[in-house]
Amino acid sequence: MAFKSSGINPKTFHRSQLKFYIFLIPFAIFMALPIIFIFNHAFKPLDELYAFPPRFFVVNPTLENFRNLSQLAESSGIPLSRYLFNSLFVTVIVVFLSIALSTLAGYALSKKQFRGKKALLEINNTALMFVPIAVMIPRFLTVSFIGIEDTYFAHILPLVAMPVGLFLVKQFIDQIPDSLIEAAVMDGASDIKIYWKIILPLIKPAIATAAILAFQLAWNDLETSMFYTTSESMRTLAFFMNTLAAQTNVVVGQGMAAVASLIMFVPNLVLFIILQSKVMNTMAHSGLK
Amino acid sequence: MRENQKRSYLFLLPYIILFTLFIIVPVLMAIYLSFTNFNTIETPNFVGFMNYINLLTQDEIFMQYVLPNTILFAVIVGPGGYILSFILAWILAQLTRVPRTIFALIFYSPSMTAGIAMAVVWRVIFSGNQSGYANSILMQLGIITEPIIWLQDTRFILLIMIIVALWSSMGVGFLAMMSGVLNIDETLYEAGAIDGVKNRFQELIYITIPSMKPQMLFGAVMAIVSTFSAGAIGVQLTGANPTPSYAGQLMVNHIEDYGFIRFEMGYAAALSVVLLLIIYLFAYISKKLFTES
Repeated sequence: MAFKSSGINPKTFHRSQLKFYIFLIPFAIFMALPIIFIFNHAFKPLDELYAFPPRFFVVNPTLENFRNLSQLAESSGIPLSRYLFNSLFVTVIVVFLSIALSTLAGYALSKKQFRGKKALLEINNTALMFVPIAVMIPRFLTVSFIGIEDTYFAHILPLVAMPVGLFLVKQFIDQIPDSLIEAAVMDGASDIKIYWKIILPLIKPAIATAAILAFQLAWNDLETSMFYTTSESMRTLAFFMNTLAAQTNVVVGQGMAAVASLIMFVPNLVLFIILQSKVMNTMAHSGLK
Repeated sequence: MRENQKRSYLFLLPYIILFTLFIIVPVLMAIYLSFTNFNTIETPNFVGFMNYINLLTQDEIFMQYVLPNTILFAVIVGPGGYILSFILAWILAQLTRVPRTIFALIFYSPSMTAGIAMAVVWRVIFSGNQSGYANSILMQLGIITEPIIWLQDTRFILLIMIIVALWSSMGVGFLAMMSGVLNIDETLYEAGAIDGVKNRFQELIYITIPSMKPQMLFGAVMAIVSTFSAGAIGVQLTGANPTPSYAGQLMVNHIEDYGFIRFEMGYAAALSVVLLLIIYLFAYISKKLFTES
């Protein structure tokens, strides 16, 4: 008898799926442990943080660590809210601008004919392999050359052009039938109008995905605060968090560091949970040829 | 038509400006600086291939520690993380929707932490005294009798870095491959069954992988990039650059060391160029691998 169908994306549970669960569940527990740990560690009171033998789960949860963290920031002159504000401000603007730029460029690259299009696509695809950390020195020189050091521009501008974002958006726009746009042109719609009324509503999933990626990039970015800023008040939560992590040996430090990790991690997680179905939809078109 | 062309460029302009300024120019500048001697204060003076020659002949630390570490790290984390991502993506595609989403979320979560946030956790888990979690568990099991100072012990630093990097390697590429498996046309499998495909493994080799090559390639490129960017974790875990006895020193850390600690920017730029070339080479190989047939 021939092997019966694949079982890819099944609608219902079947006994044959059981073997996958047997493999996946222990693995998932292993993967999730550090994350569960951070949630527990952040709420541990002092005696539990240093209990011996160490305990994984928190017994008497407390907000002590949260209070200590904000006090520590306060005493160093810059309130925690300032770092938080910087991070939020920078991240929101980066997400917004990078989506605007990627969708505009994606529309032109996907649906328009012009000279240099192929070369541009090729360059952008090569830039997918770009590792910012490898050229941080020349990047630093560029930033100081255009004189935006120690401003919000230094935080925002280097992150806005995101090759992966443009790539995913462009691939997604490719799926929109040309006839739809031709019909709009017949009706006398301008480019801007086509972009705004047809393209943007149809590529919402790709926008959501690009937003998540931009968010992760900007929110976790350390480079800018480390190299492009000089005053403490211009630095972000990621930087503060990293300095804190460097001093985990200090008593009480552990709990605060865990709180800071939690604050860094949770927004990423929430955003991804909200948008995950859109992300999966986008990824279906993520192929690279 | 001309008018239309002009408008296309207008749409592209904002992206191109920033793309050029912060991606193209830095890469070109790195290439230029790599042929100079530059200490950030005086103007760079041209030294030809001096930096590259020094890299190959003089830099003992690079040859003895940085290069072998980078290769070992990249070879395990790159293909390892990639294969793991693919296997998990494939298995998850065999499940019903709700459990699949939950598992995907669990596997993807670590990659969101991007090293920085989680360095703390790992430092606590691998803490060097007996109240560290790894030590405590191993001592209770009787495997070790004395606590191990994991993050300062040259035998373990690289190993821990690899574990952490693998743990966080299920990123965008993983999601792309999962969508790839899910979007394969059902009829291909039916046709395969008629042509004599007998089990899931054959199906995987003859139908699944060939039908999702574009996603496989995207996943590979993402794996290469994240592997080489993950280099910072050594410094975050040990809290020092250079890492103890250079045991966890990767190229990225070496660049930082020369560029921002010793201010030998010309030499650091040469290192950057070599790193970019290595990444490009790997990406080129994957491209060859997944576009033929």
